[in-house]
Amino acid sequence: MNFPLPNFLPALPEIFLLAMACLVLLVDIFLTDRSRGATYILAMTSLLGVLVLIAISFSSTRITTFSDTFVRDPMADVLKMGIAIAAMVTFLYAKDYLREHGMFKGEFYILGLFGVLGMMILVSAHNFLTIYLGLELLSLCMYAMVAMQRDSAIASEAAMKYFILGAIASGMLLYGMSILYGVTGTLDLGLINARLPDVQDKVLLSFGMVFLIVGIAFKLGAVPFHMWVPDVYEGSPTAVTLYLAAAPKLAAFAMLMRLLVDGMGSLQGQWQDILILLAVASMAIGNIIAISQGNLKRLLAYSAISHVGYLLLGVLTGTTEGYAASMFYALVYVIMTLGAFGMIMLMSRQGFESDRLEDFKGLNERSPWFAFIMLILMFSMAGVPPFLGFWAKLSVLKALVDSTGLLWLAITAVVFSVIGAFYYLRVIKMMYFDKAEDVSPLVASGDMRMVLSANGLLVLGLGLSPGLLLAFCLATIVSP
Amino acid sequence: MFSDWPLLSLVIWVPVLGGLLVLATGSDKNAPEARMLALIVAIVTFLLSIPLYTHFQLNTANMQFVELHPWIETFKVNYHLGVDGISMPLILLTTFMSVLVIIAGWEVIQFKAAQYMAAFLIMEGLMNGVFASLDAALFYVFWEAMLIPMFIIIGVWGGPNRVYATIKFFLYTFFGSVFMLIALLYLFFKTGSFSIMDFQQLHMSMGVQKLIFLAFLVSFAVKIPMWPVHTWLPDAHVEAPTGGSVILAAIMLKLGAYGFLRFSLPITPDASQAFDGLMIALSLIAVVYIGFVALAQKDMKKLIAYSSISHMGFVTLGFFIIWTISKNTGSYHGVVMGIEGAMVQMISHGFISGAMFLSVGVMYDRMHTRMIKDYGGVVNTMPTFAAFMVLFAMANAGLPGTSGFVGEFMVILTAFKANFWIAFLAATTLILGAAYTLWMVKRVIFGEVTNEAVKELKDINGREFFFLSILAITVLFFGLYPAPLLNVMDASVNNLVQHVTTSKLK
Repeated sequence: MNFPLPNFLPALPEIFLLAMACLVLLVDIFLTDRSRGATYILAMTSLLGVLVLIAISFSSTRITTFSDTFVRDPMADVLKMGIAIAAMVTFLYAKDYLREHGMFKGEFYILGLFGVLGMMILVSAHNFLTIYLGLELLSLCMYAMVAMQRDSAIASEAAMKYFILGAIASGMLLYGMSILYGVTGTLDLGLINARLPDVQDKVLLSFGMVFLIVGIAFKLGAVPFHMWVPDVYEGSPTAVTLYLAAAPKLAAFAMLMRLLVDGMGSLQGQWQDILILLAVASMAIGNIIAISQGNLKRLLAYSAISHVGYLLLGVLTGTTEGYAASMFYALVYVIMTLGAFGMIMLMSRQGFESDRLEDFKGLNERSPWFAFIMLILMFSMAGVPPFLGFWAKLSVLKALVDSTGLLWLAITAVVFSVIGAFYYLRVIKMMYFDKAEDVSPLVASGDMRMVLSANGLLVLGLGLSPGLLLAFCLATIVSP
Repeated sequence: MFSDWPLLSLVIWVPVLGGLLVLATGSDKNAPEARMLALIVAIVTFLLSIPLYTHFQLNTANMQFVELHPWIETFKVNYHLGVDGISMPLILLTTFMSVLVIIAGWEVIQFKAAQYMAAFLIMEGLMNGVFASLDAALFYVFWEAMLIPMFIIIGVWGGPNRVYATIKFFLYTFFGSVFMLIALLYLFFKTGSFSIMDFQQLHMSMGVQKLIFLAFLVSFAVKIPMWPVHTWLPDAHVEAPTGGSVILAAIMLKLGAYGFLRFSLPITPDASQAFDGLMIALSLIAVVYIGFVALAQKDMKKLIAYSSISHMGFVTLGFFIIWTISKNTGSYHGVVMGIEGAMVQMISHGFISGAMFLSVGVMYDRMHTRMIKDYGGVVNTMPTFAAFMVLFAMANAGLPGTSGFVGEFMVILTAFKANFWIAFLAATTLILGAAYTLWMVKRVIFGEVTNEAVKELKDINGREFFFLSILAITVLFFGLYPAPLLNVMDASVNNLVQHVTTSKLK
């Protein structure tokens, strides 16, 4: 029997990361708590290696390997690089926070690395099984990370909730996959898309599609599958919140693209309606409920839900321009989220989370510079020019206006963005207009200050010249 | 020598970058340096804007001092600047008032002085950007970005109810603007470019034109502000520090009117004509009803705020009365005069409202109250100041010989050609304006001294004398000799009227 070896080359970054994650796991066992810094450095090196490997082998065309279950295209490469960078920034921001809160353990980095591996597999998946493999690897790591602070009741509750709801969502996704497998007879996304028009049983097909979308919506945190988001964001240690708020959004976007566009592109007219529903509900619920939040992490959770709504707007147009707009939105959102949670971690100290809105009172007096950075981030999230967030909103709105019959959706979206502006303004109000209750100066290590400043200034700088990133996103969306 | 300088970029970016530099001076320890630096930046910007006037070609309606560079090629957005006779005077007004605002905040602002000065400089640059943009996306960026420094100014240095006022201000204007964004995106979708000049060539069906007109209307009406979306203005004015009120009244309100001239009228002329009855009605409500509201105010700043709304009603009246004129008289000259009168009113109101708010600021700095009842007999202790205040009040009431008269007279004159009753209602402003302004002056400046604190007042110092006298000279100059202003705008207004009177129906 002829059994040829598959081409391992396209998956080299993943293979490298797997090897490195195992190495970190082994090395960490022999480290004492005092030399734990080595784990951090090793983890950062692994991610840097992944970044370099992807950059030097950047593929401008679409390559598949492992019997077409694994795909490498420009979109995947860009998203993977985004994931790696986001994870590196997360690790960097998390370092001081974990030390101060007595959680500076190897597990955070090891689980983090395996999670990144899961995201990368998810991004490159081209088969139901690889999608499920990547998704579960990612999810299991995240469940464990949320539960890391095991003597905290709120964290355990969040982990439990996340695990149970996540398991249900995975079940839904699997159920949808099995139905689609039943009607098309294949697990390969490309083949499914080709065979969909010939499927006789349309009802069964719709059922399969709906279950798939439920699974995706859960992972994205779109309404009405958003219930876990605020609790998990609030309950997790801020470092973990940042980890699961940033990079996985890129992976979830990729999953959305793979399943709906690659796998069911011919059903675009049908899933468009469902996505419209999800998008409008997410924008409405996210923006309105965020107004009444007093906890900044919860506020950012609801803000995340509303941002998912905007992200869906681009995809549902079904045009290349729309996909590129959504991808741009996802990247921009990750940059802003990193900065916002970075600020919470900057403000937190030993035994003090600093995640209430009141904790930001009078920040302009304590540190005008970081108040300014937070100002940029908040206005950017609200979609006020000239910051980056404005261009993200503009690009999805433009995609909507350009496609027929979706103008009303663009108007709905801007109305909700005005409602959303209110709670971002509240954060700025706290920082600039209120007197500080706590006047101690901010303490943070030099690298944290530098990267956080760069993160904020990037939002301003890219806002002044967003052309390059936009063009980049448009170029990476290669129609399947 | 200036012909090859990128003057428009300079008047935008010198204050913005200068503002960042002022910000870098840091804490209040360095406040004197920050103030001095801010003043230098503001004066340099003003000097840079003067060649825009001296090198302006009067006989063309084409855009001048044009700068065109690609900015975001994916969206076909260009960094496209240029001015014509409509926008150039407004840029000069902005750079001029900004210098005065910096001087007015000199000793008064002791808390975070560097941030205060920087916010005003950055806002100056952004406002110049709005007036100079010929690309709709660039315009929108400046238009929205401008809200950020104003939000901070009212929120940090404002009065006791400042948080409510500033959030209301931001959300109102933000809400208006987003509809304009949709309209701009739609126009981009139709023309394939963000150039405002291309938008003006576009032909659309009546239904589409009406929707676009309404989207623009929401945005500009909030900014002007027109009745019934004016309620943010009194709040914002009352709570804002003096400088903030001056910029709000003198320039920000003009942005809405400028929007009508640049977008609504030339891009959707047919819809503008279809809605002109509504617009005239709203303008008259602003003139008459808000005039009465002003009469009832107890707070000086609130009174001037309502007076601003009433005066801006004149501006919109001048814009939208033109179809009635051309229908009833067929007079092309009348149409041009209506728009020119409205524009003179815009510029003049910029000076006068700025002067009024600065005068109230002068009193507030001494007494820390804006209530009319706390004053009375100020003339006894502050004779020089009283002379200025009376002059500005007269100008606000539209006394001949002051700039306030010219614009109002031109608009009323054209209104008489159009329709007697419109003109009649519009002319009540002369009475109402005189009533609320002069009654306030009577109660504040003249009469018995009832408040002990008024007896202790010191007359204005050299700094205050400086900015008040400059404004007084300007108000009188344009009142007696408005020709420089009219000459500048003539060609552009004629061109605008061409656009407005040609149907752009498809």
